[in-house]
Amino acid sequence: MATKASRSAARLMMAPAVVLLLGWMLVPLTMTLWFSFRNYLPLRGGDQGFAGFDNYVRFVTSSAFWPAVLATLFIVVGVLIITVVLGVLLALLLDQPMWGQGIVRILVIAPFFVMPTVSGLVWKNMFLDSVNGLFAHIWRFFGAQPVEWMIHQPFASIILIVSWQWLPFATLILLTAIQSLDSEQLEAAEMDGAPALKRFWFIIIPHLSRAITVVLLIQTIFLLSIFAEIFVTTAGAFGSKTLTYLIFQRVLESQNVGLGSAGGVYAIILANIVAIFLMRIVGKNLDA
Amino acid sequence: MARSVTSRRKSINTALAWGVGLIIFFPILWTILTSFKTEGDAIAYPPKFFFFDWTLENYAIVQERSNYMRYLWNSVIIAGGSTLLGVVIAVPAAWSMAFVPSKRTKDILMWMLSTKMLPAVGVLYPIYLMFIQLGLLDTRIGLVIVLMLINLPIIVWMLYTYFKEIPGEILEAARMDGATLKEEILYVLTPMAIPGIASTILLNIILAWNEAFWTLNLTAAKAGPLTAFIASYSSPEGLFYAKLSAASTMAIAPILILGWFSQKQLVRGLTFGAVK
Amino acid sequence: MGRITLSNVTKSFGDVEVIPPLDLTIEDGEFAVFVGPSGCGKSTLLRLIAGLEDVSSGEIQIDGQDATDVPPAKRGLAMVFQSYALYPHMTVRKNIAFPLRMAKLDKAEQDRRVNQAAEVLNLTDYLERRPGQLSGGQRQRVAIGRAIVREPAAFLFDEPLSNLDAALRVGMRLEISELHKRLNTTMIYVTHDQVEAMTMADKIVVLRAGHIEQVGSPLELYRAPRNLFVAGFIGSPKMNLIDGPEAKKHDAHTIGIRPEHIAISAEKGDWSGVVGVSEHLGSDTFFHVHKTGLADTITVRADGEVSLRHGDKVYLSPRLDMIHRFGADGLRLS
Repeated sequence: MATKASRSAARLMMAPAVVLLLGWMLVPLTMTLWFSFRNYLPLRGGDQGFAGFDNYVRFVTSSAFWPAVLATLFIVVGVLIITVVLGVLLALLLDQPMWGQGIVRILVIAPFFVMPTVSGLVWKNMFLDSVNGLFAHIWRFFGAQPVEWMIHQPFASIILIVSWQWLPFATLILLTAIQSLDSEQLEAAEMDGAPALKRFWFIIIPHLSRAITVVLLIQTIFLLSIFAEIFVTTAGAFGSKTLTYLIFQRVLESQNVGLGSAGGVYAIILANIVAIFLMRIVGKNLDA
Repeated sequence: MARSVTSRRKSINTALAWGVGLIIFFPILWTILTSFKTEGDAIAYPPKFFFFDWTLENYAIVQERSNYMRYLWNSVIIAGGSTLLGVVIAVPAAWSMAFVPSKRTKDILMWMLSTKMLPAVGVLYPIYLMFIQLGLLDTRIGLVIVLMLINLPIIVWMLYTYFKEIPGEILEAARMDGATLKEEILYVLTPMAIPGIASTILLNIILAWNEAFWTLNLTAAKAGPLTAFIASYSSPEGLFYAKLSAASTMAIAPILILGWFSQKQLVRGLTFGAVK
Repeated sequence: MGRITLSNVTKSFGDVEVIPPLDLTIEDGEFAVFVGPSGCGKSTLLRLIAGLEDVSSGEIQIDGQDATDVPPAKRGLAMVFQSYALYPHMTVRKNIAFPLRMAKLDKAEQDRRVNQAAEVLNLTDYLERRPGQLSGGQRQRVAIGRAIVREPAAFLFDEPLSNLDAALRVGMRLEISELHKRLNTTMIYVTHDQVEAMTMADKIVVLRAGHIEQVGSPLELYRAPRNLFVAGFIGSPKMNLIDGPEAKKHDAHTIGIRPEHIAISAEKGDWSGVVGVSEHLGSDTFFHVHKTGLADTITVRADGEVSLRHGDKVYLSPRLDMIHRFGADGLRLS
């Protein structure tokens, strides 16, 4: 509903954003695709010609690939389970009447605002260090041998750190969703004689299913590309190398751009699969 | 939920929630406390909570050793600059989508969001190469541009959802009153959307402030923001917990304060409106 | 000066033709009302005149000048919207002054005109308030104030009273009519309420599905509706429409008779029936009469003092000189 003049004005005003994003998407993507088919080693002879699908094959057959896939899966799935389960419980708790609700909310949300490098380093040194970390103190207090977390439990450590960062996000979104639940529905169920646990399963969880899906999808996209937390803690050592970190090492540390780019294409495909599901949900919401 | 409960139950809720809240907040609290300790107190066993010699020397050392102010300034420029630049580009685009929707508006919005999902590592080398070629490596302007681009979809999206709430008739009234397009946006739309624009800016400053892939990979000593400043503490030298804590506290304090103001917008911005 | 002429104007949204080719002239100083059921295209027509929508083809002239491609800001028209569309972040004073500010008038002149408009509209005490602090009627006045300060060639009203409650609506109706008499400027007023149309208009334009069904003064439309649609739409309660043998007697496919042109009696008359619901307005009573063998219900207006009860048998006599005759195509037979 508008005039030709306002429609052409609209196109003009949309142009900068569209052109910039199009460039930002297409130019590097094309370059990555191009590099992935080249034998490109900037420090060792530069571009050595067409490589066909060699890079793609080598990336998946290298000994580091499957461990990296497993590490990625481990971390993503671990964090997702922890944040969603704890997030639902925490959201339910925070929705209850209490004193100082606002302050508690702030306490719970705070970790989300901590930059990844800070949370990585603080956890690694002040909590998980096997000599001076707080956890080592606690272990010793109970007479146990302190654990060398970063070396022997790299997954548990990274999952712990990342979950701590993302739990607030899950909680906040689930809390928002819970608060939109019509309390009359719960009261009606109570009148119908449903006990608390049944009300949780048959009313609250279905109501939250959409929010949970959104949390899962958005977190998956962010978790697939976590970087700084690993960069400042294990730097990919002790088997904690994720797909993202492996590609980063191939590209910038060993400067094998062709191989890294092939890995990058895999990562892009993977992220797009997740993104399609997320877009469906968002798109449905746009129509509503 | 407006349900009346006994004060006994309320007390239990309160105790439980405060307990959980404090556990989750504890790492931050511990970091802040440690930043005021001497290095000796920082690793003392049993740990000292409040009864230690409070000192500010760590802050002085950190500032002296790694020039905190420069990193802070870089963070401010990069986070603020990328956000403001993004808003200037996004306001007209969001106006178009909200008030002159066409059949393709939804597709364009979805496509914009999809660029946000592109994994950074997939395009790391091309961007790195372009930065070298264009002389943007380790410059603030380079990071302003990159962070503006990665956050532009969120900015457009948030502004779009806020603009959608403004009735189109008011803008039409301005048109009838003789306002040009520029005047309509400047005098009518923008003042009405101030709360939405402000929260968009706030959330995006937070996201840009904490961004730690591009800032780590595209900067060195000159343009590094606070994320890089902290990363320089990843190789320990002697006793450094108190100094690490002081540096960390300084890096997160500004954003913790901003973040508390923008809790509500967080949900809207990060779920692209899928949860309200 | 505001003579507005539409020639051969059409409007389509995509494949849907909302306004088929249409010609219409509104004379300078006239109060024209576009009326019709919702979705008849009356608001679209107004927005075409305002310039908020493009015509798909045809020409719009304002004061003899081709305005078809002129942007709304330059047409010299003022519009009052259904939602009032006040600027919520500005005071009443700034709202009313906004068009003057856009026209780059100097501050003193702006103040002079705003104060004058405020006085006319009884808004002087509210100038420093924001729209959010005003009642519906006051907001309506601010919207009108914002329109009159520009001294436009014509005013466009888009269902301006539909958000007000019934009592206020009657008051504002009078105020707008009063304003028209005083300013003597062209006004185009869109409504779905035929009472508003009848009471305010110099000229009523009845629209259906983008077509003009009839143009004329309120009494012309009342006395000589051009077709069945106008006959049924204008007048309250609705005209009774009767098909079949009774219509044949009058050489018509359908005949129409208004409730006020039927006499009701308990003793004798041309038609007979049984009283259903009666609506007592005090001055008048409307009887809904069933089982006449003519139509489901015949509505009759009678004096408020006539007393008949539910289930009473009654006789009806139409005034023969007030019978409207329509052909099989729905058009009036003269």
